Amino acid sequence: MYKIIKVISHILAITPLVWLTYAAFNALLGGDPQEKLLHELGLWGLIFLLLSLSITPLQRSMRKVPWMKFRRMLGLYAAFYATLHLIAYLLFYLQFNFSELINEIIKRPYITIGMLGFLSLLPLVFTSTRTAQRKLGKSWKKLHRLAYFAAASGLIHFIWQSKSDLNEPLKYISWGIILLAIRVYFYLKHKRTLSISNNN
Amino acid sequence: MKLLKDYLKVKEHQVTPESVFWKRREFIRQFALSSVVLASGSSLAFTEKTTSKYAGLELKNELSSEYVVTHHNNFYEFSTDKERPAELAKNFNPGSDWSVNIGGEVELAGKFGLEDLLKWTSQEERIYRLRCVEAWSMVVPWRGFSLKSLIDKVKPTSKAKYVAFKTLHDPNVFPGQKRGTFGMHTLPWPYEEGLTIDEATNPLTFMATGVYGKDLPGQNGAPLRLVVPWKYGFKSIKSIVSIEFTEEQPVSTWNERASSEYGFYANVNPKVDHPRWSQATERRITDETLFGVKRIPTQMFNGYGDLVAPIYKGLNLKKYF
Repeated sequence: MYKIIKVISHILAITPLVWLTYAAFNALLGGDPQEKLLHELGLWGLIFLLLSLSITPLQRSMRKVPWMKFRRMLGLYAAFYATLHLIAYLLFYLQFNFSELINEIIKRPYITIGMLGFLSLLPLVFTSTRTAQRKLGKSWKKLHRLAYFAAASGLIHFIWQSKSDLNEPLKYISWGIILLAIRVYFYLKHKRTLSISNNN
Repeated sequence: MKLLKDYLKVKEHQVTPESVFWKRREFIRQFALSSVVLASGSSLAFTEKTTSKYAGLELKNELSSEYVVTHHNNFYEFSTDKERPAELAKNFNPGSDWSVNIGGEVELAGKFGLEDLLKWTSQEERIYRLRCVEAWSMVVPWRGFSLKSLIDKVKPTSKAKYVAFKTLHDPNVFPGQKRGTFGMHTLPWPYEEGLTIDEATNPLTFMATGVYGKDLPGQNGAPLRLVVPWKYGFKSIKSIVSIEFTEEQPVSTWNERASSEYGFYANVNPKVDHPRWSQATERRITDETLFGVKRIPTQMFNGYGDLVAPIYKGLNLKKYF
């Protein structure tokens, strides 16, 4: 049963890519397919990142469902789509001109923050294996808090390049804020329990 | 998610590069014919000489496909998404019922039907480059009349230093003028734009009523829009209901929204970057295929410098961007 769900999850996770590829080669992406592809890949990276961060609160509220088993997969798909987003940018916008990439990273704050977010995903990808998790022990958890930084960077990158309509990026920002609020709530609750037990 | 929803609907319009090519041929043939007809005497205003100067026939081999011209539109009155206006504008087919308020510092003020405006002026076709402030561009075959010919007819007074334009404000027609999910307007409505009188009377400044040999579709700013080819696209205001001659500099909606990013002049200038992106190059959209976009250098005044640079003599274009 678990295996079937896992297979279905993988199929669902690559569906956006399959669709985008099909649509891109069949002129179904509107007047500027390159831009559409770039934006959609970036958005799916952000969606998967926010989904992976939604796992912990879901696990806390529904303890019987093995939500945790999907966290790594969602995180890796986030990195996968973010990488494709970056490749699309390099290919369609910079024609793989890396000196121009460096130029853009320095000059354009929204590119800078997007790039930082992408780079912060890389150590998470490389330490996503069970072996790495075991070896890193307690610091693994600390390191993987970078996912919050990556999500925040992605959201800022998204809203910063918006021209005027903030309604769309605000949907994802609200999602991020809710996740952060849940985390802060549990952190404060945890701290309070600790201080109470210390006083006793 | 929005994306999947959009794709599940089968697009009725799928143009192959080949048919784009043939469509383009067809247009050029019609264009050439109509130019000949006009030049041969049906309209005295449209002489052979003006054809060669402003018609832009030298751009005829660079035309963007009809599909991208009519399906990649920044028309926030419908949607901030560029594909949505084509879909949302299906029931917006204004025509002879449209009227335009002409007022302010002008002798012939009043509310005029589109028909009147067309009677006063002569229709011609022009191929212009269109450069969006977002750094993409197209080459578009318009039909319409020069704004100067309208201005000459209504006779502005000596006090008229600027021309102010307004788009129709009606959320029942334009869903994008309603508030969004978070209660925000995408732009302050109605959309307003303005030109100096020198810019407005420049022979390049055009009032379009058609594109690709047909009446303007809703998403392109039916039934009457401005086309100022040496300025960023947002200056070329769509679905115009008001033309006012003023002494003071009028409001430009994007300038009002973010004055550090969008100037009143908004002349295409590769040397003055947008604060968030470069304006040195542009992505020229030729057709809707994946590789139908190519990156090219942006020209000063979008390549129309010989005709418009004198307007800005002595003006610091970095400060007045």
